[in-house]
Amino acid sequence: MKPLKKIILLILFITFIGCDNKDDDNTEPAPTFGTLTINFNHYWDGEKVTSADFDNTVFANANGDKLTISKLRYLISNLTLHQANGTSTKLSDYYLVDLAGLNSNTSITISDVPIANFSNATFTFGFNETDNVDGAYTDLNSASWNWPEMLGGGYHFMQFEGKYGATGTENPYAYHMGTARVSPGVFEQNYIDVTLDGFTTTGDATLEIKMNIDEWFKNPNTWDLNVYDTPLMPNYDAQIMMRQNGRTVFRLGELN
Amino acid sequence: MLKWIKIGCLLLLFSSCNDTGIETYTPYSPTLSPLDIPKIFADNILPPIIPPDNPQTVEGIALGRKLFFDPILSANNTQSCASCHAPENAFTDIDRFSDGIDGILGNRNSMPLFNLAWNYDNKFFWDGRSFGLEKQALEPVKDPIELHNTWSNVAQTLQSHSEYPDLFLEAFGTSTIDSTLVTKALAQFQRTLISSNSRFDKHLLGEITLTPSELNGFNIFMDETKGDCFHCHGNANNPLWTDNDFHNNGLDATFLDKGLGKITGDPNDDGKFKSPSLRNLKFTAPYMHDGRFATLDDVINHYSEGLVNSPTIDPLMKSVDNGGVQLSDSEKADLKAFLLSLSDVEFINNPDFKAP
Repeated sequence: MKPLKKIILLILFITFIGCDNKDDDNTEPAPTFGTLTINFNHYWDGEKVTSADFDNTVFANANGDKLTISKLRYLISNLTLHQANGTSTKLSDYYLVDLAGLNSNTSITISDVPIANFSNATFTFGFNETDNVDGAYTDLNSASWNWPEMLGGGYHFMQFEGKYGATGTENPYAYHMGTARVSPGVFEQNYIDVTLDGFTTTGDATLEIKMNIDEWFKNPNTWDLNVYDTPLMPNYDAQIMMRQNGRTVFRLGELN
Repeated sequence: MLKWIKIGCLLLLFSSCNDTGIETYTPYSPTLSPLDIPKIFADNILPPIIPPDNPQTVEGIALGRKLFFDPILSANNTQSCASCHAPENAFTDIDRFSDGIDGILGNRNSMPLFNLAWNYDNKFFWDGRSFGLEKQALEPVKDPIELHNTWSNVAQTLQSHSEYPDLFLEAFGTSTIDSTLVTKALAQFQRTLISSNSRFDKHLLGEITLTPSELNGFNIFMDETKGDCFHCHGNANNPLWTDNDFHNNGLDATFLDKGLGKITGDPNDDGKFKSPSLRNLKFTAPYMHDGRFATLDDVINHYSEGLVNSPTIDPLMKSVDNGGVQLSDSEKADLKAFLLSLSDVEFINNPDFKAP
């Protein structure tokens, strides 16, 4: 028994030493791929908004209405980084950002991303026509993220909810965005192509994508919640204004 | 060559360990019995949640079924789980509040039991206070106004029973019974309670055609200007017909029962209760967490014109000023017809779900 053990230990020892044979080469090339973490952060007039603000913090929109937020979730798809030489790197097919407490999803980490100078980053807010296939994604179905078939089907792009108005007499708003219905059976694509500024990574990096929530109510349409609160899903004008206002909502934030 | 010597050495080492083996080894081999996932679930939603330490087995499910229907879990041997969770009522109670073994009433309506493995957040009870089905099963047994037992007494009673020790041995490889194994068995049985054969399911599978009234009711359900039920209760692509989340649906201005708020301690959660599935409504009256509505008409009337405002009411409860969206009588009738099309007669008659 004892000699046997010694033989095994010896063999294992030799094997381990044998493995350690690549330390002679001192000219290791700099890594060309790294891990990129993307944090979706949310702001109202420059102040960070988290789920702790939900139902508590009162915000004022461009129209002067006071409001609270109780839900904010939205869909990002085809997040892609582009280099000047034409190389593009797709980071994710789609991602459901959700600020709510326990199930919050506000961060993605992607490994093996090129370390490079990126001329810009692009994504689709919502799904484009090709991807917005009714019922096609089991995780989104499980989250009841579907957009009614009578409104063109597919999926919600955003659910942004809360209450507005004077304390004690608040009314609900449900700023839900998806495919726009022009008339029964006639639909208009309503996703937004977003392009963010370029940035340069030198290793593993953390990138912030900022949503300025106040912009949904501001530019170019000053949103009047007293007119557009709920229901907005079948409201063509509201859907189109959401798309117009959504174009200036996202900005590249800090890179670390 | 070196490799072969190493393997040889290891083999020798292992075989030498057996020299002192005098322990009697009882083979523990329960038969795995994975959930039979309905096509309509597999095609549309994420897989069920099965805890890795409690796989479904034939022996475990059979034991759980026996325990579920056995009054032995109650202190005076008069009530079982099924006393308040009857198969013919989709495993709920027709009484607004259930009475426990001492005749004392609770303050909430018994929850129906089906498709529990697809509760992705894994929070059980109307207020979500138990995480996981195994943990949930600990509560009614020791609740003083339910089965009013103690787990040490349950273990002792089962241990001295003529059959149970052997059944636990077959299911879990030990005949030493405790609350962990009892709740594991109960959870395994409850996870088999899958309901997926309603008229609406068959319609989605192309097997039957719904009536015009049922179809129109579905449109009202999916119309944000009408029922707007789908935000919390799923849609044709989510066969659970619930989001398993917690909402204040405008029942009261103030709350005697704070629901989720009592569990989280956050006043913003006061008056929030779990959205129940809309499956099997035909069998599950009365409705709401406190069973206040005796009929489905009462429920529809509530959402149509009976909403009551409160600080935590869900923003999806629109037109609160007018009490709701004011459905017409024919819209209400169609909505009701659709809701009833989600009831699953095969489920309540499934012999596998009845007392063994």
